[in-house]
Amino acid sequence: MKETATTRTWLTPVLGVLALGSLAVLAVLGLWVAPPDAVQGDAQRLMYVHVPTATLAYVAFGVTSLASALYLWRRTRAPRWDRLAASSAELGVVFTGLTLVLGMLWGRPVWGVYWTWDARLVSTAVLFFLYLGYLALRRVIVDPDARARRCAVAALVAFADIPIVHYSVEWWRSLHQDSTLLPGGRLDPEISGDMLVALLWGMVAFALTYAYLLVRRCRLAAMEEGLEQRVLDVAVAERRAEAAPVAAPVATPVPAPVTGGGRA
Amino acid sequence: MRRFAGSVLLVAGKDLRIEGRSRVTTNQVLPFAGLVLLLFAFALDPDRGLLPRVAPGLFWVAVLLAALLAVSRAFAVEAENGARDGLRLSVLDPAAVYLGKAAGVAAQLVALEAVLAAGLFVLYDVDAHQVWLLALSAGLATAGLAAAGSVYGALAAGLRVRETLLPLLLLPVVAPVMLGATRAWEAALNGVPSDAWPWVQVMAAFAVMYTALGVIAFGPLLEES
Repeated sequence: MKETATTRTWLTPVLGVLALGSLAVLAVLGLWVAPPDAVQGDAQRLMYVHVPTATLAYVAFGVTSLASALYLWRRTRAPRWDRLAASSAELGVVFTGLTLVLGMLWGRPVWGVYWTWDARLVSTAVLFFLYLGYLALRRVIVDPDARARRCAVAALVAFADIPIVHYSVEWWRSLHQDSTLLPGGRLDPEISGDMLVALLWGMVAFALTYAYLLVRRCRLAAMEEGLEQRVLDVAVAERRAEAAPVAAPVATPVPAPVTGGGRA
Repeated sequence: MRRFAGSVLLVAGKDLRIEGRSRVTTNQVLPFAGLVLLLFAFALDPDRGLLPRVAPGLFWVAVLLAALLAVSRAFAVEAENGARDGLRLSVLDPAAVYLGKAAGVAAQLVALEAVLAAGLFVLYDVDAHQVWLLALSAGLATAGLAAAGSVYGALAAGLRVRETLLPLLLLPVVAPVMLGATRAWEAALNGVPSDAWPWVQVMAAFAVMYTALGVIAFGPLLEES
């Protein structure tokens, strides 16, 4: 094997340094530069990570849907879209989980409870389970082609459910505070100055983190596929080698393995 | 067009004929759903008057659990004896196969809901109001459940772990149906049918969208090896 197995590409050091640096700056902005909230105090600082993780979760699921559509469309069908969809969905589930946990940590001091049956909480929880199901489906199908096709369908069908879940739960109940950046859909931020800077910076920092992890995860998925193929090639070669000496005398001793039992 | 409708009826008829001979829904799924109604009474003390108030929610939870079994069963019969290959080799349009499967599931669910509703009125002491609204919302919810269920049944078909995978895949997707059907039934039973309209619309949108998705997606799902 000539190349060393690594998920590193020319892009990863750049993205990695940028992501790490911007997260460090976010910590400074969020914890020191931005003032404590007049009503919520320091608990409000969680917004600088909570809102970006929620946004990136939606971005990730959007990427999964787009990649799945590209896979299903015959002209653009390629394994890399399947890998992108899978990688992005994993990150989306991680970000959704983070959003839920951060929201609960924030809810305890501000609302007095970890969980309320508020519309956004419930629809985020449903979203979490929707894509947990998608990831579970990915794990159980063995054949790569069948997996790619079924999972692409599953991703699109799940994505189509998001607006219906959103509106139905919205009608059911609503207690969550309105969107901070876009109240009522207009770009008219209710916060100003350092707080807004910290929030927008958080978006950038988490977007870079997402991009970095996505590149790494896609590479890993490609290598996993390569490994499967390689294991198959080795197995075929071994069976061929077994079949070849049939004509040779049985007395030929099988060479003892050089290394210990650890390697097969 | 007539041939298409004929294909749909053919597949639905096949599934209902299998059900008529094997009696899995009538002998296993229906008693299970009835048992769930009984268990709810154990969990929520029937003496406190709680059961009639939460009856719509309990009813739809029972229907949802039964629907999981019905969908699982509808696609298990295709996994045996190379039935899936038979379907693929037949000249039937995949969209017709999908609609036929969904119609078969829906027909079984409607029968199940009718019996369960009777159980609800008898066991939980619920008074029936606005029967037309109950029927309308049940019909839309059933269409949604059957449409989404058939998509996910096909997605999980043939997998060894489908019994455990299907609930995880299907339940979050049909959460809006569960919500809509429960609220609509509450509105009907409380005698305020105007409250039900948003939910009727949600369920109609859900049913239409998933039927369309199933019609589009079933071809790619069926053609694979």
